[in-house]
Amino acid sequence: MTKLWSWLALAVGLIYFFLPLIGMTEFSLKMRRGEYSFDAYRAVLEDPRFQQTFSYSVFMALLTIVFGVLLVVPTAYWVRLKLPRIRPYIEFITLLPLVIPPIVIVFGYIRLYNTSSWLPLTGTAMGTNLLLMFGYATLSLPYMYRAVDTGLRSIDVGTLTEAAQSLGAGWVTILARVILPNVLVAVLSGAFLTFAIVIGEFVLAALLNRPAFGPYLQLMGANRAYEPAALAVIAFAITWACMGLIQLITRFSKHTKAAR
Amino acid sequence: MTASTPVTARRRLPLNWLGIVPFAAFAILFLIWPTMNIVVGAFRNSAGETTLDNVIGLFTPSIMASYWISIKISVASALLGCGIGFAVAAAFTLGGLPQWVRGPLLTFSGVASNFAGVPLAFAFIATLGRLGLVTVLLKSWFGINIYTMGFNLLSFWGLTATYLFFQIPLMILIITPALDGLKKEWKEAAQILGASGFQYWRMVALPILFPALLGTFALLFANAFGAVATAYALTGSSMSIVPILLFAQIRGDVLQDPHLGYALAFGMIVVTGFANVVYVWLRARSERWMQ
Repeated sequence: MTKLWSWLALAVGLIYFFLPLIGMTEFSLKMRRGEYSFDAYRAVLEDPRFQQTFSYSVFMALLTIVFGVLLVVPTAYWVRLKLPRIRPYIEFITLLPLVIPPIVIVFGYIRLYNTSSWLPLTGTAMGTNLLLMFGYATLSLPYMYRAVDTGLRSIDVGTLTEAAQSLGAGWVTILARVILPNVLVAVLSGAFLTFAIVIGEFVLAALLNRPAFGPYLQLMGANRAYEPAALAVIAFAITWACMGLIQLITRFSKHTKAAR
Repeated sequence: MTASTPVTARRRLPLNWLGIVPFAAFAILFLIWPTMNIVVGAFRNSAGETTLDNVIGLFTPSIMASYWISIKISVASALLGCGIGFAVAAAFTLGGLPQWVRGPLLTFSGVASNFAGVPLAFAFIATLGRLGLVTVLLKSWFGINIYTMGFNLLSFWGLTATYLFFQIPLMILIITPALDGLKKEWKEAAQILGASGFQYWRMVALPILFPALLGTFALLFANAFGAVATAYALTGSSMSIVPILLFAQIRGDVLQDPHLGYALAFGMIVVTGFANVVYVWLRARSERWMQ
């Protein structure tokens, strides 16, 4: 009896998940009248604006990841090593981007960093790109920090640091050659999640007026019929790839740990 | 990093603080100060004087209607998300389904809970839109036209159904550890005392899970309340929920009063902040049972 209900609940859940996925895939193949074809995909991939916005967003995602790692790994390490008392406060700050809606954060950016302010970041394209990157780093902060902090928990930071120091290593060497390799799996999980978040992000890019993939998606949605479905399939594949890679490296790391 | 701090200098506490200066600077410049700026702006008028007029200005019928429809959609999608997500999670943790269901389902939940924003809107237009797969199939197989029956994707129920696509998996991800924490002994003890399955759930399991359930509800609520991209891609600006109204305000000052815009944003922080406080508080309570 319980089993029957369980299967029923699972079936309802699966139908709810898969219908939209089937719907968008089927719709994306219908561009040619009367038969299935990949015309919508071809139209999308050949669109120069797709190539531009997509590579822009990929580039921004990579920049955000590099910046996030450089910011979060030393901070989380330092807090664990030297300032364990303030860990709860740092953690609280890193969770704030989940509490404050992104649209409010970017509203604050526009007010603080506009052309007539003390730091006119939005005045130039380069400055706005930088601001967008900081915004993305803020959005991914909760995930990045949690991933790295969890990674640091599983290693003995104090002993590793002392061992490295007694061999004559400085702080940069310790971070780059001792700590980072030890939390690499955690850093990569955070990085893939950041990538998945940045690649399709809409609000920040739209309000800062940057030619990113998210606003392009929205524009296509407002003007085309079949291409948006193809884009949705592509976006879903990217999300899936990021999550799959996280699973893969986590499993991989478990094996290496068991072998020791 | 401060390269010069020797390990022996542990007594000289002030130097240790230098290590978090980059992080603190980043958090202040790009998180705290921008937010505070909006909050302060909500309590200022254009002459720079402190005032409550902007916040009072929120209580006009049209803005209140925006908050109300936002809250309704968030509550509905959080409630249904909690209910369906709980049923699915209970099915594969306690319902005796084969073990192999669990891994793929959790992975899939991870993907689906991150599949939000503009592409999600496209997926639902292709499924439940006027020419969507389900709409067309229902019409040609059963002769049911959901659009003449009053359904519209660009409406309360359409938006709720779309949000559910990330709400249900999020619920599954958060509630599964709580369900795993239900000990077998509790069920056996209840059975020995003569409890039926229903009594066990009503008097033992649900009271234990209640903080976790309510906390997750608050989180799902905040999650839906702050979502902009999905709604904007789905409805354009035809549905004036709060985030979309704010989006239009930032772009073109549709309220014709910048400070009313700050108050609107401030209201959003208050609502999501409240929901998150409830979540954190209830989560701490529910974790007492999970050792």
